[in-house]
Amino acid sequence: MPHKTKARIADIEQRLLLDAIYHQYHYDFRAYAQASLKRRLQSALTQFSCKTLSQLQDRVLHEPAVFTGLLQYLTVQVSDMFRDPSYFLALRNEVVPILRTYPSIKVWVAGCSTGEEVYSLAILLHEEGLLDRTLIYATDINPHALRAAEQGVFDLDRVAAFTENHARAGGRSSLSDYYTARYGRVVFDKALREHMVFSDHSLATDSVFAEVHLISCRNVLIYFERDLQNRALGLFHDALVHRGFLGLGSKESLRFSAQAEHFDDFVLEDRIYRKKAGR
Amino acid sequence: MNASAAHASNTPDGGPYQAIVIGGSSGAIDVLNVLLPRLPVGLRAAVIVVLHLPRDRRSLLVDIFRPRCALPVQEAEDQQPIQAGHLYFAPPDYHLLIDSGPRLALSVDAPLHFSRPSIDVLFESAADGYGDKLVGVLLSGANDDGAAGLAAIHAAGGYTIVQDPASASMPTMPEAALARFPRQTLRQTPSNTPGKTPAPHVLTPEAIAARFVQLHAQRLL
Repeated sequence: MPHKTKARIADIEQRLLLDAIYHQYHYDFRAYAQASLKRRLQSALTQFSCKTLSQLQDRVLHEPAVFTGLLQYLTVQVSDMFRDPSYFLALRNEVVPILRTYPSIKVWVAGCSTGEEVYSLAILLHEEGLLDRTLIYATDINPHALRAAEQGVFDLDRVAAFTENHARAGGRSSLSDYYTARYGRVVFDKALREHMVFSDHSLATDSVFAEVHLISCRNVLIYFERDLQNRALGLFHDALVHRGFLGLGSKESLRFSAQAEHFDDFVLEDRIYRKKAGR
Repeated sequence: MNASAAHASNTPDGGPYQAIVIGGSSGAIDVLNVLLPRLPVGLRAAVIVVLHLPRDRRSLLVDIFRPRCALPVQEAEDQQPIQAGHLYFAPPDYHLLIDSGPRLALSVDAPLHFSRPSIDVLFESAADGYGDKLVGVLLSGANDDGAAGLAAIHAAGGYTIVQDPASASMPTMPEAALARFPRQTLRQTPSNTPGKTPAPHVLTPEAIAARFVQLHAQRLL
């Protein structure tokens, strides 16, 4: 079979599989960036002993457990605590002084995966004396990731990198003040979790659920095609208070988005934007 | 197939190549310094480069190459439309992929061959996106990232070039790519034929630069 034909069939199979997932399980991956998704689906083929995406589709439709497993392949993102320390440093130096002026603060971590960023923000806000009046909404579409995030348990061998990032992010305390280590893992302090609410939420299909002062959504939009990016950014715009803040990943920008006109650059090099006045 | 390859003077359906993807690791920056400044204004293809870099530092590639190149040089951004005659570098700690449009897309999926960006990730997605309208070039390096990707470009009918291992300061990467092709086909591959060949062209950095200029003169690049 000519290469072009094979490639076309693979594209058709991928579209059909995503349609099947949407209709049966109501997870919508149809507007995700297809090149990344393709890589993940190809590695899932091996895991589920399937030769083609058509075979995988058959299993996904008839065996819910296969779908649950596939969801891990399609959504789980491993991040580090205080990934891109300069982002957290900019939040600390430029955004925190403005957050401080509010009597109560709401933060939304959209696409929180296994929670690294949620705990990073909670620690930062604690160091700045703001955690007591802050509520952090942490949302994701993957229920297993949300459960892991809620546990606040990470492998001990990742903690050295977390600690170094924390220091570079202007940490005012020792990261070890916030966890206890046992059996090769660390468990973060329950007191941090009292300020977090974990919830299932899809940027593709759900709507705004709260009004917030800061949204951190990093390295999530890069998995979306442009229309879905615009939808998510529209949600962020609607969820933010007057002059609220939006933080994106270090290589994400509003430059190619229809939403660019609704935000001002705030700390551009760290991808922190601020909602424009008047809308 | 050999007969048609010998007569081919064009990409399989006539148009020019739309992109050149280049991958390299240790020892490759010196080769890029031979190749990239020679790319002429008016190039019909976009040039997209993955070089293995330290993950936690800002890349200096744009600063290094912008003043030396005739083409506009930039670091790839997510969702950026790909423009002919522009040169893009993958940012450190992100995979770079080609998505429909064609646009550049980034991901933070797990490192592949201990590398992010990974050459295989770029090459395989580019082979999907560009098919036989693609030139793939694999340079010096100390691991086997890029070998599978180059094979994918070759399978899709693209034009493939591997740096001659004898000219590479780290021959592991070019050798890993060539190991995927039978020795005999490597010897048979004509040194200057565009279009489908039985194996990648094996060329020194100077010869790769000359090949780009030649393909441009033939209006294929």
